[in-house]
Amino acid sequence: MADSDSETGDGHGRRSSDPLSWIAGRVTAFFAGSRRGVILVPYLWLLLFFLVPFLIVLKISLSEYAISQPPYTPLLEWVDGIYLEIRLNFGNYLYLVEDDLYAISYLNSVKIAAISTLLTLILGYPMAYAIARSDAKIRTALLMLVILPFWTSFLIRVYAWIGILKDNGVINNVLIWLGVIDQPIQMLQTDFAVYVGITYSYLPFMILPLYATLQKLDISLLEAAADLGCPPWRTFLTVTLPLSLPGVVAGSLLVFIPAVGEFVIPALLGGPDTLMIGRVLWQEFFNNRDWPVASAVAIAILLLLVVPMVIFQWSQARSTERDA
Amino acid sequence: MSRFRFLSFPGIMLFVGYGFLYVPILLLVLFSFNDSRLVTVWGGWTTRWYGELFENDQIIDAALLSLQIAAITATIAVVLGTMAGYALARFGRFRGRMLFTGMVTAPLVMPEVVTGISLLLLFVAMEQLIGWPAGRGMVTIIIAHATFCAAYVTVVMQSRLISLDVSLEEAALDLGARPTKVFFVITLPIIAPALIAGWLLAFTLSLDDLVVASFVSGPGASTLPMVVFSKVRLGVSPDINALSTLFVGVVSIGIIVASALIHRQEKTRQRDEQLAMAAEGRTS
Repeated sequence: MADSDSETGDGHGRRSSDPLSWIAGRVTAFFAGSRRGVILVPYLWLLLFFLVPFLIVLKISLSEYAISQPPYTPLLEWVDGIYLEIRLNFGNYLYLVEDDLYAISYLNSVKIAAISTLLTLILGYPMAYAIARSDAKIRTALLMLVILPFWTSFLIRVYAWIGILKDNGVINNVLIWLGVIDQPIQMLQTDFAVYVGITYSYLPFMILPLYATLQKLDISLLEAAADLGCPPWRTFLTVTLPLSLPGVVAGSLLVFIPAVGEFVIPALLGGPDTLMIGRVLWQEFFNNRDWPVASAVAIAILLLLVVPMVIFQWSQARSTERDA
Repeated sequence: MSRFRFLSFPGIMLFVGYGFLYVPILLLVLFSFNDSRLVTVWGGWTTRWYGELFENDQIIDAALLSLQIAAITATIAVVLGTMAGYALARFGRFRGRMLFTGMVTAPLVMPEVVTGISLLLLFVAMEQLIGWPAGRGMVTIIIAHATFCAAYVTVVMQSRLISLDVSLEEAALDLGARPTKVFFVITLPIIAPALIAGWLLAFTLSLDDLVVASFVSGPGASTLPMVVFSKVRLGVSPDINALSTLFVGVVSIGIIVASALIHRQEKTRQRDEQLAMAAEGRTS
């Protein structure tokens, strides 16, 4: 007994540090364990339900259409149970290149998305500017008013425009009542209606990043410019606009990228000749039940969007790093 | 440069913009009380479209299914999104971080048709390989929705956790609390408003989705947007206006209540922090 007591007394390095280091080891192990778990669960989920699906799309796009369940031929097949046969079919991609429909809808999607993005920027920039410069007390309320429509159904908001734009809709009725026109102007089922629909639906996505950069803008820079006799429009062009460029880029990409693949808006507001690539994919899939061609269209959309997406990712990563 | 003036170009654009955002919604509400099948031609006040709406079993069933899917989706998305946001905000560099960040931000901008077809093909391939999920319906919609909703929740949680004061957690750890306990007792209550916001965001996104659900759903599982879309394709209909009005009403009330709660909690938090600061000032 005495022996062990003395041992604890003078040799306090060995005996007492053992449980301590044991605890420290346990804590580290626990941390490492929970750390791994915290990363692994969402990581595996995203790998399985986000990354793997794209590989499958790529695979199916290289298979052939077949009247079967599911409607495509297998890529790998055991022939006589001896050797594995790999059949790659680039026919779907050739088909996309040969048929004008795809090229036209591809270019048309880019055109419609670009024009709508520009319209959203023209409307959204002054709004974001006004909110960023408004009194701090009402700023939250003003921002709230921008976000609120985003929380109501997207489908319902697109639907609302049918009643406004159609031949006996609100705009035509008002114009006829005022005597400006006697025949209704066709607005629904035109590209114009699609521009309005996209601008309307994606406006919050433009305003929020713009607001974030404009709000951080140092007012003293503007004051300095004004003191030195710079006219307001020039201050805007040489100071405000360049400094808010990250917001312009982020907002434009947030509108442009989903707009390119948009389906609901051209389906409800566009005419039969408003070809957009997302709509073509939908028709290939649901109307023609041609899964391989639909997959090839999906890959084509991704190829089109990969550059803007990488730019978006990069600007996102940079802005979070700055905040941290 | 003093106070911002409302009678300037940006001020006028602000009013134009709010008009643009709200007039269509207000017209929708107005026409839901219009006693005319022509919807946009005024024929007097009525509430009969609401009555018809509640007698429409197809819409009611679809609404109930959508609400269930949205609630389950939001819960899964909040768990996944909080974990992912925590990893991104706290763990610094780890192996595969680049890929992880990529997979988290890509769903935010991925066109819905691409997400939809890719998930459907995954489910078909999985069914062939392991026999699960057997057929498509509610389960596949939930998995698909949780995947893209989790990405949104991650962004919300990551930004909240980055701005969080780490010293509170460090203090608890120093005092001997286990990391799990620290998370549940310290971190979780602080990030609760962001969790609620993330849950509501995921709930709304799920309730709203037409495209992804159309791809991954099977026969017999029609969500509310799918039913509404098939009706709306044939033109405007008064009962859809009534449905929209109910939707807008519920969402507006929900948002006002939620923001009031968050505002109050934020106030208490600020007061607590001030008290803590004052106490710290006295002791030092």
